Amino acid sequence: MISVSKSQVKPPLPYSARDVVLPGDAACHGCPIPIALKVLSAVFGEKVILVVPACCTSVIVGTYPGQSLRASIIHVPFASAAAVASGVAQALKMRGVSDVQVIAWAGDGGTADIGMAALSGAAERNEDLIYIMYDNEAYMNTGIQRSSSTPLGAWTTTTPITGKSEHKKDVAKILVAHSVPYVATASVGYPHDLYSKLQRARSIKGFRFIQIHAPCPPGWRFDPKYTARIAKLAVETGFWILYEYHNGKITLSGPSRPLLDPSKRRPIEEYLKLQGRYRSIAPELINSIKEYIEDNWSWVKRYLL
Amino acid sequence: MPRVIALTGNHAVAYAVKLAKPDVIAAYPITPQSPIVEKLSEMIESGELKSSMIRVESEHSALAACFGAAVAGARVFTATSSQGLLYMHEVVHWASRARIPMVMALVSRTINTPWNIWPDHSDFVDQRDAGWIMAYAMDNQEAFDLTLQAFKISEDPSVYLPVMIGIEGFILSHTAMPVEILDEKQVEEWLGERKQPYIVDGSEPLGLGGLTPPEDTEDMFYGIQVAMEKSKDTIRRVDREYGKLFGREYGGLVSCYNCSDAKYFAVAMGSWSGDLIEATSKLRDEGYSLGVVRVRFYRPFPHEDLWGTLRGAKGVFVFDRAISFGAWGPIYTDLVAGLLQYTSKLPPVVNVVAGIAGVHVGAEDFYEVLKSLIGQVESGLEHGYFKWVRVRR
Amino acid sequence: MVRVVKPEENYKLPLTKPVVGVAGKTGLWRTMRPVVDNEKCTRCYQCEIYCPVNVIRVEPELGVTIDYEYCKGCGICEDVCPRSAIVMVPEPGE
Repeated sequence: MISVSKSQVKPPLPYSARDVVLPGDAACHGCPIPIALKVLSAVFGEKVILVVPACCTSVIVGTYPGQSLRASIIHVPFASAAAVASGVAQALKMRGVSDVQVIAWAGDGGTADIGMAALSGAAERNEDLIYIMYDNEAYMNTGIQRSSSTPLGAWTTTTPITGKSEHKKDVAKILVAHSVPYVATASVGYPHDLYSKLQRARSIKGFRFIQIHAPCPPGWRFDPKYTARIAKLAVETGFWILYEYHNGKITLSGPSRPLLDPSKRRPIEEYLKLQGRYRSIAPELINSIKEYIEDNWSWVKRYLL
Repeated sequence: MPRVIALTGNHAVAYAVKLAKPDVIAAYPITPQSPIVEKLSEMIESGELKSSMIRVESEHSALAACFGAAVAGARVFTATSSQGLLYMHEVVHWASRARIPMVMALVSRTINTPWNIWPDHSDFVDQRDAGWIMAYAMDNQEAFDLTLQAFKISEDPSVYLPVMIGIEGFILSHTAMPVEILDEKQVEEWLGERKQPYIVDGSEPLGLGGLTPPEDTEDMFYGIQVAMEKSKDTIRRVDREYGKLFGREYGGLVSCYNCSDAKYFAVAMGSWSGDLIEATSKLRDEGYSLGVVRVRFYRPFPHEDLWGTLRGAKGVFVFDRAISFGAWGPIYTDLVAGLLQYTSKLPPVVNVVAGIAGVHVGAEDFYEVLKSLIGQVESGLEHGYFKWVRVRR
Repeated sequence: MVRVVKPEENYKLPLTKPVVGVAGKTGLWRTMRPVVDNEKCTRCYQCEIYCPVNVIRVEPELGVTIDYEYCKGCGICEDVCPRSAIVMVPEPGE
C-alpha cells in the first residue's frame, strides 16, 4: 500500500466539480462534453446560465421534466447562441445581477457555421460574456455530418468516400482577428489547463472565447476509452495548439510550449491511426495536414511574446 | 403632463416605448422601421431613457437577444418589417412557445421578390400561426396606445404571450399626425412592474426548452390556445381601463362604425379603414345601409365580436391587404371559419383583396367597389365571392 | 423591477429541473465494468477528473469508489490511470 497522508492529498479541482454534472445523462460512452462541463463547474459551480443552441449538449442533458445539470440552461435557436447570450448578459446587468456567469455553450456547427454571424456580432460589440465552443469537428448530434470545423480528409456521413476536401476552419483565429479581450484554445485532454483558462476568463470583462477540442468516440470512430488519450495526442502532435490571446499577444500553454520545435512534436500518423475516420485517408492528404500544422505554428509565432 | 405633438407613426411608437421603460432593446435597421430605433437610440444616449440598446448584426439576433433578455427578467422591445420579420420568424415561434412576454412593433412592408418597400399586410399575417397576440393600428394615436397596451397585455398572468403591433410602412410610419403623449408617472403607475411566468437568472438552477416528449409538448401548446382565449377578456379590460384613465377607448378587439342599424358590413384592418369609413359615409348619405367593422386584434381572432355584429347581415365584404397564394385573403378565411362556429347559414361573404405591395387604395376606390358589390348581392349573387381588385389610376 | 407570477391557468411550462439519472439507470448500458485496486491507487484523482458521468469519487482514505448504477463502462478511467489501478472487465452476465 502506497502510503499517502491526508494533508498531502487535495483534489486538484474544487469539489463543486462533483455537484453540477449529474450522473445518468444521455451522452454517449466516453463523451468529452461532460468532462468539459465538469471543469466548467469546478470554476463557476451552479452560478452559470448556459445558453445552448442545437448541439449534442441539447440532448445530453436529457428530457423534460429533468435535466442532468445543476445549473441554469436556456435552449435557443441554432444560429442564435451568441445573440441570446448577449441579451441575457445585458438583462442581468440592467437588473444588477452580478454573481451569475453567462456562458454561450455551443458546438462547432452552431459556432463556426450557422452561428458565425451572431458570434462575430457579439464579439464586435464586446458583449460581457464567455463563449465556449466545444469542438468535436462535425455535426455530431445529427449523425456525424461535415462542418467547417471538420479537419481535412476526415470521413463524415456527408463526406463518406472522399473525406473532407478543405482544411479545418480556425475559429479561434477569427476571434483573435476581432481583437476581443481574451481568446483561448483548450482540450478535454488537459483539464487543469482548461480550468486555469476558465479562471482567467472569469477575471476579465468583455467578450471571451474558448475553443475546447473534444474528441468524439462515435464520430471519430475510436474506442470510447481513448477520449483523453486522443485529445492529448492532438496536442502532442502539434495539430491542436494550446494558447491564450490577451492584450494583443499570444502565450503558448504548457503542453504546447515545447512543440515550437517541430522535432518535439509526435508524428501526426500516431494521432490519425487511432481514429477510424482517417482509415482511408490518401497519403497526399497526410502531407497536406503536415503543411497545415506548420502553417498554424507560423501564424502563432507571429503573435508570441 | 400629457401633451399633444405631431408625430410620425414610427415616433409615436418610440414615445410609447419610452414610457414603458424597457430594460433592453435590440433591433436592426430596415426601411421603413429604422426611425423607431434611431429615435430610441437618441433617447437613450441623451439620458431620457435608461435602456440598454444592443445594436445587433441581424434581425434573427435582434429577436434572439430580446428573447434572452426577457427570459432573464428584462422588459424588452424590438421593431422590424418585411424581410427582417421573416428572418426572425424562427425566433417568433420560439418566443411565444416559451410563453415569454415581449413587445414588437411591425412596420408593414410587402415581401420580396422583387424589392418593394411599400406597405401591405403580408409580413404581418405571415406570423399568424405562431402564437403571438397581434393587433393593427389605424392611425398614429392608436399606434401609440396599442404599443403601451401591448406591454400590459403581454405581462398579464392570464396571457403571458408576446404581442406584435402593426402599422403600415410610410402611410403611418412616415406621416405626421397629432398624437397625445401620456404622462410618465401615470403610465408607470398603470403599467406597474414586469411580471413573467418564470425567470432564468441563476437564482436557482432552471432549464428552459429542453427536449420534451409529444404528450407534454402538446399540453404546452394547448396552453397557448387556452391563453389566447383568455386574453380576449384581458384585451377588453385593458382597453376599458385605458379609456377610464387616459380618455381613449377603442371598443375592444374590433371597432364598429355605424353598425347598429346596418344591413351590409365592410370589414378591414389597418389605416385604409379610414378611407373605407369615408367611403361608407358617402354611401350612407346615398341611402345605403352600410356599417364598418374594423379588426383591431387579428390574433386572437375576434369571432365572437364579429358574430355579435354580423349575425343579421345581408352581406359582408371583407377587405384584405394580403393574399395567401392559392387560397384567399387571411382575414376572410378566419372570418368565415369564425362565423361558422355559430351558424351554418351564412349570407354572401365576399373577399376583396386589394392594395397589395403598396398599391394605393383610396376612399373613391372603396366607394366604387362597395357600390358594385352591394348591387351584385342585391341581385342575388350566389358565388364568385373572391375578388382581387387591382386598383389602377 | 420584475416579479415571477404563476400563470392563471394551470398549464405546463417548458421548464426542467436538475435530476440524477435523467436518461435512466445508465449503468444498464455497460458491457464492461471498471474494477479498482485501491492498494495500487495513489489518489492522483485522474479518474475522478476524467469520468464523463461523474460517478468516480476519490477520497484520501478510501481510495476510489464508483457508482455502478450510472457508470456507462466507457473505460476512460482505465486509460488515464497512471498505475493501472483500474481495469475494465466484462460485465457479469455479458
